[in-house]
Amino acid sequence: MTVDFLFDIFVNFFPSWENTDPFLIISMLIPLVATFGFITIYALVVIYAELKVSSFIQDKVGPMGQGVGLHAGKWGLLQPIADALKLLSKEDIIPRSADKLLFILAPFMIFVGAFISFIALPFNASIIVSDLNIGIFYILGVGSLAVIALILAGWSSNNKWSLYGGMRSAAQIISYEIPAGISLIVVIMLAGSLNMQEIIIYQQGGIFNWIIFDNPFMPIAFVVYFISALAETNRTPFDLPESESELVAGFVTEYSGMRYAFFFLSEYANMFVVSVVAVTGFLGGWQSPFPSSLDSPMMGVFWMLSKTAFLIFIMIWIRWTVPRLRVDQLMHICWKVLLPIGLFNIFAVAIWTVLLG
Amino acid sequence: MGVIRGEEMVLNIGPQHPATHGVLRLQVRTDGEIVSQITPYIGYLHRCFEKHCENVTYEQVLPFTDRCDYLASMSMNFGYVVAMEEMLEIKVNDRVQHIRVVMAELQRIASHLLGLGAFGLDIGAFTPFLHMLRDRERILDLFEMTCGARLLYNYMWIGGLSHDLPVGFVESTYRFLDYFEPKIDEFVNLLVHNKIFVERTADIGVMPQDVAISYGVTGANLRASGLKWDLRKDDPYSIYNKFDFNIPVGEGGKGTVGDCWDRFYVRVLEMKESIKIVRQALASMPKDGDVHQSLPKKIKPPVGSIYRRTESPRGDLGYYIESDGSNIPYRLKMRSPAFTALSVIDEIAAGWLLSDVLAILGSLDIVLGEIDR
Repeated sequence: MTVDFLFDIFVNFFPSWENTDPFLIISMLIPLVATFGFITIYALVVIYAELKVSSFIQDKVGPMGQGVGLHAGKWGLLQPIADALKLLSKEDIIPRSADKLLFILAPFMIFVGAFISFIALPFNASIIVSDLNIGIFYILGVGSLAVIALILAGWSSNNKWSLYGGMRSAAQIISYEIPAGISLIVVIMLAGSLNMQEIIIYQQGGIFNWIIFDNPFMPIAFVVYFISALAETNRTPFDLPESESELVAGFVTEYSGMRYAFFFLSEYANMFVVSVVAVTGFLGGWQSPFPSSLDSPMMGVFWMLSKTAFLIFIMIWIRWTVPRLRVDQLMHICWKVLLPIGLFNIFAVAIWTVLLG
Repeated sequence: MGVIRGEEMVLNIGPQHPATHGVLRLQVRTDGEIVSQITPYIGYLHRCFEKHCENVTYEQVLPFTDRCDYLASMSMNFGYVVAMEEMLEIKVNDRVQHIRVVMAELQRIASHLLGLGAFGLDIGAFTPFLHMLRDRERILDLFEMTCGARLLYNYMWIGGLSHDLPVGFVESTYRFLDYFEPKIDEFVNLLVHNKIFVERTADIGVMPQDVAISYGVTGANLRASGLKWDLRKDDPYSIYNKFDFNIPVGEGGKGTVGDCWDRFYVRVLEMKESIKIVRQALASMPKDGDVHQSLPKKIKPPVGSIYRRTESPRGDLGYYIESDGSNIPYRLKMRSPAFTALSVIDEIAAGWLLSDVLAILGSLDIVLGEIDR
């Protein structure tokens, strides 16, 4: 537990200090700054990955360096940085008829929603900002904060497209939280804990001890969770809130520059969060797939990040392959397909565990 | 759908909107997501072409026809020269006829590729669009080889062609066809049988045959409604009656006859038929024949008028030309197939959801340059 760990270090080094409040604040700030740095770097990497993967899927080369000079750097590696700089240097436009306060508030809220999920994400047995005993529940909970921000963005822009986007995403995210939660309930039933680390420790001992292989119903739960996660992060085929051919850009239509970048950043941050939850819940978290080998703390970070990267790659792959659903079909899939499957799964897993577990 | 009625809102789709295929404004009345009425407003791309044509000589009209339907310039040229040659009673030689058919059918493939790709894009599939554009580029390369231009060719002249085929054109075209034929199946797998695509297009925006006929819808949109009507067969011009090809019609493969899916699939099948025609035309093309052989020295049609229609990728493309005996047309009117296709949108898209309206618009494959002229 990083915050406590840092706090203990500070207190041990300066035992003479009477007031430990500054230590507490500093030991809370350091992980947060580190997390923010991680999100930024991760966003640059995943934007580059998205550009390149989409290029390979679409039979083009994507960003490329052009001989001498900077351009986009070797293999276009500087492209995400150029994108970020462009967004930073853009004019910040607030429409005259927009509700200024809410308009400014929305990008911060959506980013905070994504950001505070990160404190419960385990990177290995000891690297976790705060090892909450309700970790998975907490992530699901704060994930819903995004809904408020999206409605704010949609409403305050005073634009019909934004309004449509905001309303669509509110309906979508609230609906898809239910199948996502229900498929995670199965995981919680098996692991017997809401704590992220305990769920991972439950899956100790190689690939066949991972929850996804625990019983025949778990792959179904994983697929249900993954589809719901796609919907929650507004990725294709569930990108209706920002579908560019229908709603121009949905709730981000009126946003430009850095405010737009925050929506962008939080979408990618959310992708990471849902992937880590999927990895934690189903794919063994930071555990090595090989029983009792390659499981040093550093390898833990490696396994966690590579499993997450794999899921993010699948998300990108899906995005550039399939078309988009319609709004009523989206709800149909959620309420009439995923939810019954998820509920059935709970019973099936319960019976399986009682009879054979 | 639509049991609970709320307050209606007027929403302007366009003129600057990613899905309007140019500069079209659709004024829609919506109740939440449900669209109750659609009014298309056109004219944002109006360039007075028909009026311009009344002030230039008959030869100078050709570049204007290029710029009307800029995605099917060859077919626009073709329609005009066929009408003018009928008026002037010029017989062009066989080589010219064959080259024209090859060009028109390649253009049809190119136009359908873009139309289908843009339709996929409207539904949210970005990758098929780029795959189709990649293959369209190869057709444009062939055109560039022939006449130097990639978009606006001005290739077919009254009584001939601007250039003969370059060396190696026939081989390149065969190479393209061999490459492209299997690619069609790839598109079919990417979109036509894609579950989400079928969900989004089957049974959506059904255009019954009688509605299509009463609105004057032609081309692939009409054929998707189940009517076998193709001017290449029903009112043959040039040398189309020499070739063996089928006219695909909508059969409601995934839903109802005349739905968006049918309009998509009919175009896919038409590309296959076009490949057949190009192969036959290349095989039977005479080796000799001057493409400038029957170019008239002076174009002065006799007093009178003519209406000639041809099958452009978008449907019946008609040219009405009125001559007063001088070297400039007294009146030139184009019958635009995309215009009639757009006019039907309120009839078939009202009552659907907002996303469906844009899917239906995409399925009609309109080009604003041709509608506004």
